[in-house]
Amino acid sequence: MTASMLPLFVAIPLAAAGALTILGRRPRVQAVAMLVVLASALAGAVALIVAFRDGGAWADAVGLWPFGIAIPFAADMFTALMLTFTLFVTIVCAGFAMASGRAASPFFSPLLLVMVAGVSGALLTADLFNMFVFIEVMLLPAYGLFVLAAPGSAPLRQIAGARLYVTVNLLTSTIFLTGVGFVYGTAGTVNLAELAGVAAEDDTVALAMAICIFALSIKAAAVPVHGWYVRAYPATSPAMTALFSALHAKVAIYAIYRLYAVVFDGEERFLWIGIAVVITGMVIGGLGALGENDSRTVLAFSTVSQIGYILLGVALFTGAGLAAGIFYLLHHIVAKTSLFLSVGAVEERYGTGTIGHVWGITKREPWIAAAFFVAALSLAGIPPFSGFVAKLSMIIAAIDAGQVLAVVVMLAVSLITLIAMLRIWNGVFWGRPPDQVLRTHEEKDLPVAGATPGDGTSVVLDTGTKPRIGVALAVPAVVLAMLTIALGLGAELLLGLSETAAAGLTDTSAYIEAVTNP
Amino acid sequence: MTLAITAGLLVMGAVYLLLKREMLRIVLGFVLLGHAANLVIMAAGGASRRDAPFGAPDDLSTVADPLPQAFVLTAIVIAFAITILMLVLAVTGRDQDDDTTVESDVDEEGRS
Repeated sequence: MTASMLPLFVAIPLAAAGALTILGRRPRVQAVAMLVVLASALAGAVALIVAFRDGGAWADAVGLWPFGIAIPFAADMFTALMLTFTLFVTIVCAGFAMASGRAASPFFSPLLLVMVAGVSGALLTADLFNMFVFIEVMLLPAYGLFVLAAPGSAPLRQIAGARLYVTVNLLTSTIFLTGVGFVYGTAGTVNLAELAGVAAEDDTVALAMAICIFALSIKAAAVPVHGWYVRAYPATSPAMTALFSALHAKVAIYAIYRLYAVVFDGEERFLWIGIAVVITGMVIGGLGALGENDSRTVLAFSTVSQIGYILLGVALFTGAGLAAGIFYLLHHIVAKTSLFLSVGAVEERYGTGTIGHVWGITKREPWIAAAFFVAALSLAGIPPFSGFVAKLSMIIAAIDAGQVLAVVVMLAVSLITLIAMLRIWNGVFWGRPPDQVLRTHEEKDLPVAGATPGDGTSVVLDTGTKPRIGVALAVPAVVLAMLTIALGLGAELLLGLSETAAAGLTDTSAYIEAVTNP
Repeated sequence: MTLAITAGLLVMGAVYLLLKREMLRIVLGFVLLGHAANLVIMAAGGASRRDAPFGAPDDLSTVADPLPQAFVLTAIVIAFAITILMLVLAVTGRDQDDDTTVESDVDEEGRS
């Protein structure tokens, strides 16, 4: 890898998407080509991690334009880690989508590749306006993937969800665009290296940047602008819920970390806002998860609370806090995707993920149940999984920074998260007494709120023990659950990498130097 | 000043339309909002103190800034694409969430 290869993370998936669209309906070829492109991008991202193991940053002035005119791509350890995890999760979710039959459309592979190009571009770019463009490139295929279903079977819920998803995201993008306009008007540039530290000195630029960060917070589903997230995400197919939750919100969080570190230079005056937002976010997200009955909505609400934990890293803005936040971000990508995929596998094969409408999964599908159990405990922060390391390091960082209230809330919300996960466990995976089986039998003609696809009322009635979830559908969730165990037991490695990434945020000189003199 | 007032008026109309229940009105609201954002960017380029780039000007600081214009072009294309998509969504789910539908009807179907 060299710096001049950074644009390939965007160019190759885009070119491949175009080629696959021309190729048309050849599912095998499309699937293989898509996986080859994604795997090679993943290899490139891992190579970036190796290159940045001692810190440092690379930048490429695309088109060899001089600094100030070029729209640069830049990467450091944080970028490399994000690229690696997002690409890995994309491959896993694509596998799940194919196994669940949701990838049958000839446009699935091209749309997914364009989305990957957008995600990579948004992570790599060092230009505020270009970030807006890449976020749009990432969202437009998502709109398509959102409603992509088996022909003729898109339920109304999916269209209603898609409307909500598109309108909220367009509103957010417009706010972000206006913010970028104000930044250009006040600072005279949108290049991150030229903007470095400007917001800390100039309050008008800080205000303009605040608009951008506000827009990114909506995309990241931070409280109090989280309402759309928990309604829109569970409305699409399980594979896409998992994928969007792993990519879109996380890219927004990455952008918040990056912009606050570079443009605000970690300015301490505004940090109390972040602390207030994340503490309310943890509580509201945690409690909201208890009030929902659809498994995926519970998981989406718990994401809202987890995003509070992740953003606490940037709200503390200490070296330890940022490292813990980055570790938490990566852990959450893995654990939450695993949960969405295990619940999604149940939903795909049993017709519903509503708590109390399915039962006995533990006996019939031991692998899926084990994957859910591991990822759920990891999310709640039980050792030895990665969630424990993430929470522990975040608590230590908060104590060091003197944020006692945040620590108390973090511990309390961990318990609430555990209760929410146990509700899904009891209501979906664990067995139920036979008299309740009969009761549900009678109720099955009633409409079931939140049930997906098909008739929306399917309930497991046969008492057999033959598994319905095939190996291909189970593997994605299991792989990610194993990864969260591995990240928990071997946390040393990823913690070290997160510290390197955090060092690049507390001292942004290497990043700025790379962008200024590519 | 003209730009600022125009952008303000556009946002006013956009907010009014966005608060409607019908999808088509929401789409039109976004069209107005997109124009407002574009005008903000034009204003950010210092439109008040610069002239159109005609002829061969001596002083480049008085010529219109091309960068915001490039921004606006990009933004227009993106907004156009999404507007079309939203119109498709408005047609696909017609009769489902316009003014005649009350909240509870939508809830029974699934999620509003």
